[in-house]
Amino acid sequence: MALTGAVRVTDSRESPAPPRGPRRGDGRAATAFLLPGAIGFVAFTAFPILASLVMSFYDWPVLGAPSFVGLANFAELFTTDPVFKTALLNTAVFVLLYVPVNIMVSMGLAVWISPRIVGRRYYRVLFFVPAVTPMVGNAVVFGLLYTPRGLLDSVSQTLFGVGAPNFLGSSTWALPAVVMMSVWQGFGYNLLVFSAALDAVPPSLTEAAAIDGAGPVRQFFSVVLPLLSPSLFFATVLTLISSFQVFVQPYILTGGGPGNSTTTLVMYLYQSGFQNFRLGFASAIAWVLFVIIMVLTAVQFLGQKKWVHYDQ
Amino acid sequence: MTSDGAGPVARQRTLDVPAGTPSLREPARPGGVVQRRRRPPVISQALLTLVLLLFLAPLVWMVLSSLKSGGEIFTTPPRLFGESLRFGNYGEALDYLPFVRFMLNTAFVAIAGTLITLITSALSAYAFARLRFRGRDSLFLVYLGTLMVPQEVVVVPMFLIMNRLGWINTFQALILPWAFTAFGTFLLRQFFLTVPKELEEAARVDGAGHWRILTRIIVPISAPAFAVLAVFTFITYWNSFLWPLIVTNDASTTTVPLGLNLFLGQNGQQWQLLMAAATISMAPTALLVLLLQRYLVKGIALSGLGGR
Repeated sequence: MALTGAVRVTDSRESPAPPRGPRRGDGRAATAFLLPGAIGFVAFTAFPILASLVMSFYDWPVLGAPSFVGLANFAELFTTDPVFKTALLNTAVFVLLYVPVNIMVSMGLAVWISPRIVGRRYYRVLFFVPAVTPMVGNAVVFGLLYTPRGLLDSVSQTLFGVGAPNFLGSSTWALPAVVMMSVWQGFGYNLLVFSAALDAVPPSLTEAAAIDGAGPVRQFFSVVLPLLSPSLFFATVLTLISSFQVFVQPYILTGGGPGNSTTTLVMYLYQSGFQNFRLGFASAIAWVLFVIIMVLTAVQFLGQKKWVHYDQ
Repeated sequence: MTSDGAGPVARQRTLDVPAGTPSLREPARPGGVVQRRRRPPVISQALLTLVLLLFLAPLVWMVLSSLKSGGEIFTTPPRLFGESLRFGNYGEALDYLPFVRFMLNTAFVAIAGTLITLITSALSAYAFARLRFRGRDSLFLVYLGTLMVPQEVVVVPMFLIMNRLGWINTFQALILPWAFTAFGTFLLRQFFLTVPKELEEAARVDGAGHWRILTRIIVPISAPAFAVLAVFTFITYWNSFLWPLIVTNDASTTTVPLGLNLFLGQNGQQWQLLMAAATISMAPTALLVLLLQRYLVKGIALSGLGGR
């Protein structure tokens, strides 16, 4: 492996004192420690990533020989393929709805579950439960809530005398319904992240602000929020990345329908690769997804200087 | 958060703010703080509890529906209970599909995957955090770079690799591809870096090698990081859906989420059985988290495992 060649083979175990001057290497030990993980990493992470890029330039059926097609897969995606455009748009709408709602709900609840709430630890963990139960299970349960004559419909009928819309059967409602289920399922992670960050805010700071006459709102935006900004940044980046990968919720709730109104990028990738067996085409979709995620993450990292405060 | 690098012990302490600290809502006046601390915010707490109950309603409804007859689920106005509690639904759901088998499959996959992840990550993390070798930082950057790559990118070639190896419908196909990701290495390395070097230098004077330093000093101190990595790796394996959907189509290796999807396809209209199956699928990880709740908030702060 390339790894071994790059490593200087000396052993520093005979030198107990912290080395000064030129560094002494631990090459042999490093090779031994890295090897088990690195073999798997190369085989199951690094190689497949490169293979996926290569495959995206091929017409690659499951059976039969692959043939090089250059940029044809990408050209098809961006010119003649109507489903891809819909999937891209649906994913964008999902992300634009899901990320802000998730962040606001989790931040709001994290602040609400303040130190004075009795048993706050239990509130936090209960809000977290759907985040760790299988997504398939969560989606199946929401299927029962959303279905005509299901819980939402009958509650609405009872309280208002009007039935609820057929959430999953309407191309207007299906995507918002998927978003709502996803927020319910997923915000618990960020709630815990923000709660931990809030716990680390020294109470003396808000007390000092209060003495200076700052009300609760002012205290939050001027004192607490800047201290939370690293967590907020981090949570936004990760939530954005994961929301672009949305798959299970529409797969179980709607199967991408009605029409293609809830087909997302990963769902289209799955259909292309594993139902239509166009592996090269599916790889091309994966790389479009990856590039979108990379660009948006890079933009956020560049933008963070303006609002994230790392010094305390 | 606490980026002062003061070491894991000091780090945890900063997270443990005493339970009675004044909230942000009420300005603390000199002398007034102590009395305020004692009085719980009753209205706020009641409203929060209401929100929590609404939040939990889907799960409660799932369990209640799993105990009804098919017709009793759809009533207007909704009723909490049917005429009797039909625990038999669970038996019937298990008759349709071998969920016990699916659970054993999933437990095996999740435990094996977690163990491999912990061991290989600890070894690599030690090399990156403590050893000096040429190319260390660039190699670590390569690891880091792959963190951003979505699973979907590797899924297609990985399927071909599994196919070539003849691993379709095998446990190794469910376990190995995700046991060597860079995440565990990254998480543990970050934690190992906060372990004070003085500890191991003393051990090194006493003649301890790298293996002993890792297993006797660094691993015990880093127990919280290992616990977090273990729990989240386990849960990720348990809930994984896309990959098992691609490489499994046989009951001998079917996992719980996949089994529930099968059930949905076969008996999707028998909601009471579907809800019983959903309850069975969701109970293990839900219980795990409820049991380990004490460590979760700390663990999340520690590792920054969020936003999924």
